[in-house]
Amino acid sequence: MKILIVGGGMGGTILANNLARRLCGEIKSNKVRLTMLSASDKHMYQPGLLYVALGRAATDELYRDQASLLEPGIEFHVDPVEEFDLDKNQVKTKSGKTIGYDLIAIATGSRPVPEEIPGLAENSINVYTEDAALKFWKTINAFRGGRVVITVGVPHKCPMIPPEVTFCLYDFFRDRGLADKVSFHYTYPIGRLHSLEPVGKWMQGEFDRRGITYETLFNMKQIDGAKKLLQSEEGSEINYDLLVAVPGHRGMEVIEKNKLGKGGWIPVDRNRLNIEGRQNAFALGDTTNIPISKAGSTAHFEAEALAENLAAIVKIGAPVRDYDGKVFCFIEAGKDKATYAMFNYNNPPDPKPATKSIHWFKMAYNQLYWASARGLL
Amino acid sequence: MAEKQVIDARGTYCPGPLMELIAAVKLATVGDEIEVLSTDEGSASDIPEWIRKVGHQLVSTASESGVWHVVVRKAK
Repeated sequence: MKILIVGGGMGGTILANNLARRLCGEIKSNKVRLTMLSASDKHMYQPGLLYVALGRAATDELYRDQASLLEPGIEFHVDPVEEFDLDKNQVKTKSGKTIGYDLIAIATGSRPVPEEIPGLAENSINVYTEDAALKFWKTINAFRGGRVVITVGVPHKCPMIPPEVTFCLYDFFRDRGLADKVSFHYTYPIGRLHSLEPVGKWMQGEFDRRGITYETLFNMKQIDGAKKLLQSEEGSEINYDLLVAVPGHRGMEVIEKNKLGKGGWIPVDRNRLNIEGRQNAFALGDTTNIPISKAGSTAHFEAEALAENLAAIVKIGAPVRDYDGKVFCFIEAGKDKATYAMFNYNNPPDPKPATKSIHWFKMAYNQLYWASARGLL
Repeated sequence: MAEKQVIDARGTYCPGPLMELIAAVKLATVGDEIEVLSTDEGSASDIPEWIRKVGHQLVSTASESGVWHVVVRKAK
């Protein structure tokens, strides 16, 4: 049986490693062939970009060789898929190879698209790519005072970035003696400060304590860079001196080009992760259309459930468990305190007050992540 | 030809029904209808409030067995 994993990010890597261990015997006896295709030979720890943006990490700390993270038995190729033919159970890669499969899991992730909002890309800073994070650091390092406005696009990955970037910047400028020269105004697309109601309530208290003003039901429409003016779909206008964006996202272009999902979001069953209408094709991580956080932990927990199911399909012919919607997100609440939100389809989050110990656990996880990627944690 | 899309946001907390609707409206064509299923009580008022503010059409709202069904038409 041939199992193909497309995408070498968090979801694809954990899925591959988990499967390689579960099907170790079958792989050794050539009953199963496990192949991973990725666009890159490097694996990036994306949450580390926030720390690069704040001058607290170097970019080379974010990367490991993808091959070094993979269990023996996984055939890994840097040869991205360009064409999906799910009806014929095959893909075509950039190098021109046609690769057939019996089971496929698509984990191609998502990408920020600031260019979709007129004026946003050239007039704002964000933490979503290496280049953007470096530009972010250079900009805040040179900033000497004014109004910082946070604007949030829909959808976006890493739902905790809006509060995290706000709290971390607040502490950054305060530590530089600029607290009385820098003001903050936070905007959010829905009628509260965060999609998670308990997190939004917690944020309100923290914002009020720090004098951070806010405006909800604000979806950016366009930016007038000459006037430094941010305009919303709802008719609001906000002046800024420094615009910090959480840009909207789309799935990868290859998903849209192959008509696998509008916006690059593949329709899947929220529990079994199979692509709608198909029993041998699956998707996980950011690229699904499940109304759930686009976060590394989502990909992680989906990968664990899917690995168990794919192994069961090989061994006994049927999946055995549901993904229960589990998500776990740390929330940095400044330079040295953090809390977290943990929830699933049936249990809402209940975040506790931020503490130093949770912040240090997050710092430890920044290193432990590599064990997660290897499917060990 | 106008399309109808259903977003099943029952039992989901993040990003939540309104944010899922906003994302879907961005990708939709004028005239398309989007139905949001939600178990979040706040959606019953949040979604109509946002629709009103940005100028889309609220086609219908209904509640059945604890599930809100809100149908929106993209107007611009």
